Amino acid sequence: MKSIIRFIPLILFVLLGALLYRGLFLNPQAMPSAMIGKPLPKFELPRVKSEEQLVGRDDLQGNIVLLNVWATWCIQCKYEHPYLLNIAKDERIKLYGLNFTDDRNAALSWLKQYQDPYVFSIFDEQGALGLDIGVFGAPETFVIDHTGIIRKRFAGPINDTVWKREFLPLIETIEAEMAQ
Amino acid sequence: MSSLMMYVPIHINGAALRRLMRFLVSVMLLSAIWLNNVNAGPVDIFQFKDETTKLRFQLLSKELRCPKCQNQNLADSNSKIAVDLRKNLYNLLQEGKSDQEIIDFMVYRYGDFVLYRPQMKKQTLILWFAPLIILLGFIISLVVVLRKRSKVKASELNLSSHEQTNLDDILNKK
Repeated sequence: MKSIIRFIPLILFVLLGALLYRGLFLNPQAMPSAMIGKPLPKFELPRVKSEEQLVGRDDLQGNIVLLNVWATWCIQCKYEHPYLLNIAKDERIKLYGLNFTDDRNAALSWLKQYQDPYVFSIFDEQGALGLDIGVFGAPETFVIDHTGIIRKRFAGPINDTVWKREFLPLIETIEAEMAQ
Repeated sequence: MSSLMMYVPIHINGAALRRLMRFLVSVMLLSAIWLNNVNAGPVDIFQFKDETTKLRFQLLSKELRCPKCQNQNLADSNSKIAVDLRKNLYNLLQEGKSDQEIIDFMVYRYGDFVLYRPQMKKQTLILWFAPLIILLGFIISLVVVLRKRSKVKASELNLSSHEQTNLDDILNKK
C-alpha cells in the first residue's frame, strides 16, 4: 500500500506529461464551425452583378450547394480561384459565391479578369450574411445539403488535395443520403 | 609598449557611481510607469446612446474572443473580423439587446470559442470544478499526512513502565 502511495506523484507526472505531449500535436487553428448541422439562415441581398434584384436562401438551388466566401482583398482567394473554375464543372454540385465586405467594382473586374465560376455571387457589403454563418475570414467554403442544412465549413483555399480529402467524401455521403 | 602608453584609466568614484545607478533606476521605474499607461488597442469611433452602453461595450468586447485570433479579445484585435464584430456588438447594444442575448448571438454563430468565460454545461464542468477538486485533494492528503505524523510522535513517547517510574522520580525530586 505504502509503495503505491509513493508512486502517485510519478503516475500523476506521467499522466500530465502524456496530456501535454498530445497537446503539442493538436492544431490550435482548427476550429469547427458552430453552424454545422444548422440551417442556412435567411437573407436578402443583391447580387454582385445586379444591384436591384435581391436574392435569398431559396435562390441557392441545387441538391448540394457550395457557398464560397471570397473577396478581392483576399490573397488566397486568388490562389484558389482557378481550382474553383474546375469545381464548377462538377455536375453534382452548384457553386455560389458570397462576396464578403468588398467593393462592387473591384469584385466585378475580378470576375471579368479571372472568369466567373459561380452560378451567381451574393454581394454582402456589410458582412451581414457572413456574420450570420460565422465567417471569420476568406476564403471559406460551406457545404449545404439538399435539406438546406450546413454540413461543412472549410476555412482556407481549396486545391486538389483539399478537394479530394475534405469535399468529395462528404459529397458522396450526401448523394447516398439523397438516394434513400 | 605603445599600448601601455595609451592606457587611460577611467576614474569613477563611489559617489559618481551611486548617482549613475540612481539615475538608471529612476529611468527604469519611469519607463515602467509609462509602459503601463500605454493602451495599444485599435481605435474605433462609436457614439453611444448613454454611459452604461459604453461601459457594457467595453466589458463585452473584453469578454468576447476574436474568432480568428488565437488569444486576443475583440477589444485588442485589429483583425478584420474583430473590427466587424465590434461594429456588430455596437449595433446590438444600440438596439437594446441584453448581455445574454448578445452572448447567445455570438455563440450561435461562432461557438463556445468566442467566450473567454466558458458557460457552465456538461462538457465544461471539469473546467469549472477541477481546480476545486485538486485543492480538496491536496487538503485531504495534507490532513492525512499531518495526522499520521502526530500519531508517530505519540507512539514514540510510549514509555516503558521502567522509564515512566524513572521520569516520575526525576519530576518528583524537587
